[in-house]
Amino acid sequence: MTTSTTPGTLLTPRQVADRRAHSPHISMFGRMLLRAAVLRRRRAASALLAMIVAAAVATAMMNLYVDVQAKLRTEFRSYGANVVIVAKDGQSLPADALARVESVLGAKTLAVPFSYAVARTANGQSVVVVGIDFARARQLNHWWKVSRWPSAPNEALIGMRAAAVVSPGTSPNHQPFELTFQGKGIQLAPAGMLQTGAGEDSRIYIDQAEFQTWTGIAPSTIEVAANGTAAEVGTSIRELAQLLPSSDVRPVRQIMEGEANVLNKTRATLYASATLVVLTSALCVLATLIGWVFDRRRDFAIMKALGASERLVNGFFAAEAAALGVVGAIFGFFIGIGVAVWIGRVNFHAPVVPRFSVFPYVLAGSVAVALLSAILPIELLRRVQPAIILRGE
Amino acid sequence: MFPRIVYESFRRQARRKALAGIAITLGVAVATAMIAVATDIGDKINRELRSYGANLVVTPQEDTLDVEVGGVNLKPPSDGAFLNEADLPKIRGTFWHHNIVGFSPMLPVTVKLGSGSGAQDVTLVGTYFNKALSFGKEDFTTGVRITHPWWKVSCRDGRLARPSRGEDSAGACNWPNDDSQNVLIGERLAAKLSKNSGDNLEINGRQFLISGILSTGAAEDDQIVAPLALAQQILGKPGAVRRVYVSALTKPPDALSVRDPKTMTPEVYDRWYCSPYVESIAYQLQEVIPHSHAEQIRQVAQNEGTVLSRIKGLMLLITFAALLASALAVSAAMATAIYERRVEVGLMKALGAGNLAVSAIFFAEALLLALVGGIAGFSAGALLARQIGRSIFNSQIAIEPVLFPIIIAIAVFVTFAGSAAAIRRAVKFDPVFALRGEG
Repeated sequence: MTTSTTPGTLLTPRQVADRRAHSPHISMFGRMLLRAAVLRRRRAASALLAMIVAAAVATAMMNLYVDVQAKLRTEFRSYGANVVIVAKDGQSLPADALARVESVLGAKTLAVPFSYAVARTANGQSVVVVGIDFARARQLNHWWKVSRWPSAPNEALIGMRAAAVVSPGTSPNHQPFELTFQGKGIQLAPAGMLQTGAGEDSRIYIDQAEFQTWTGIAPSTIEVAANGTAAEVGTSIRELAQLLPSSDVRPVRQIMEGEANVLNKTRATLYASATLVVLTSALCVLATLIGWVFDRRRDFAIMKALGASERLVNGFFAAEAAALGVVGAIFGFFIGIGVAVWIGRVNFHAPVVPRFSVFPYVLAGSVAVALLSAILPIELLRRVQPAIILRGE
Repeated sequence: MFPRIVYESFRRQARRKALAGIAITLGVAVATAMIAVATDIGDKINRELRSYGANLVVTPQEDTLDVEVGGVNLKPPSDGAFLNEADLPKIRGTFWHHNIVGFSPMLPVTVKLGSGSGAQDVTLVGTYFNKALSFGKEDFTTGVRITHPWWKVSCRDGRLARPSRGEDSAGACNWPNDDSQNVLIGERLAAKLSKNSGDNLEINGRQFLISGILSTGAAEDDQIVAPLALAQQILGKPGAVRRVYVSALTKPPDALSVRDPKTMTPEVYDRWYCSPYVESIAYQLQEVIPHSHAEQIRQVAQNEGTVLSRIKGLMLLITFAALLASALAVSAAMATAIYERRVEVGLMKALGAGNLAVSAIFFAEALLLALVGGIAGFSAGALLARQIGRSIFNSQIAIEPVLFPIIIAIAVFVTFAGSAAAIRRAVKFDPVFALRGEG
């Protein structure tokens, strides 16, 4: 089934000669490859399309598989700190502790110092007062439900249950109140209510600097949201422990293990799905290419009838398949990167970083699948006499 | 005649039909497995998210303030209100009791360790480890082993302890039995006192056996954890519980979940009450436990939704990719199968068959292939989904029966769509060229 009889492609000998004179000199082998692609462009295009789709899907999957884990890890940081640094035996941390922590972990890591004191209300009730940096705490603890963050001096953030004790009334009509710590009083204006469902509800939060001038107590705890894999966090913990020998540096097991658990399951599911999808697209390529090569058994027979060696014929079909694989991989790779970036944007609201390191794998995989799909039908055809194929049987 | 042509086509070209059939089967299998996994992934990840621990806490309604810094309770122990332990099994009687994975009561008391000059005050927390309870006809076990999965108990030789079975023998290292008088000691406290599993510990003048070293990465590392009954005995208040941690499977919050039930119309209220929002489960816990206040633990409850929706969204997109890839594979296989049969088309047309008749034969064949491949693929996909569920989540992935007709319909549609272009071209092809074997 050659296309030489298709009307549109017929050229007069003069035109052919003209073309040959003007076209750069290419070897017979190259010309055969080129002509095969041009003359049977429809089937070649469908094979190429299958190749591109498969390569695109494989690229997108590999990109996502690598990147999604990093993306999910950042999502998991919304659970808050995974490392806690506590000064030993109720002491305070050294004044430069926060700076040292940040120097180890980099400024991008969130570290929030906390200082605690037990103060007394006007009617003699004990209540825990915490000094924090509101801007940092707000970034670290996304789950805190806060009606209004303090902005003016001497404003406090009051836990739901503490509010009932120190400043009864309904928001926003809370009354200013007074607390005393070791005989020193402070007048605080409630800014907003804090609701977490945990210990924070029983506490009052005020600004770190105001806390320190009032009580003279420096931070005793630093909560850190360390990024990275479990191993990376483990390294950070060891570094921090070396840096701050007077304190306990410990992982928040609840957060670390929960994250590891969910992440492992997600990764395994993603891996299984990605494998299935890549296999299916390889199957798609296989089905298309086998049909394509099988269709050209006439070309194969003519080449053999004209005396082409087995090596040349095999080489021809293999080169064709490899060229298809390379072109498909290149186009597919860029489309796949686009798809991965799009998925990242839609699902995680942050673009997936293109990973060019997967390109060699996509390229090798595409060429391998293409070669495999070419070899299968050729093996079948080799056993058949060219004459039988040419007779159309 | 028509059935015979179709029948003979399958009989004589068994190999080619098998190839197309395999392509359809594999495509449908992948699609089925992916849809099954994607629809079930929310539920599965929701369960995995329970490893973050309880997402609800129940406290007495007239609770006083906690005065606690760094795990050390500064409040007099008998102060404040308590819940009644006898009310706890009622948690299994709430509307969403199937969604409640477990619960653990907590009763912290301040105790004196040792005697004489070395005595010191520490917090002892009474709780359930793996307590067998019953509600109505239902028997169940609950406790920190379910709600606090990150708690680890290790032994003198460093290995992890196993749950206690029956009576504890002296010196055995395990999770204490809930009826026993054995205690766990937090790892930092143990290091400070240089105690280990199998040692005796003097608490308020009485000797107790340490059955293991507890590591939690939180305040409990400086405390003693004991069976609830023991803590109640020390406090002198039988049946008293300070707070209850409840771990429940919930639906991510949405616009309805955050509304105040008091302002809802009856229909909206019913819908809210019958959705497993963390808010409505809290409301139902308050209903069954008298004088209680249930609150979501926002650190756990609020973040679940984001993680869950990200993973679900991701799986949805990947499922689309899988569906697309399998649709393409099926169409490619069908197109190839039909393309190879142009000579046949030419012959039929030369014998006077119309375009419609020829197309009908091809579509009938495609339909048969789609049905057979669809059924085989659905079964294979169901097995695949099961295997994925078992190996990744240690639980079954349920295949909804309603999925079957949908999958078959998709298979038929994709097969038709894949064949349509090839059939159109085959039919339009001039029989003369086809019969001469050209083109």
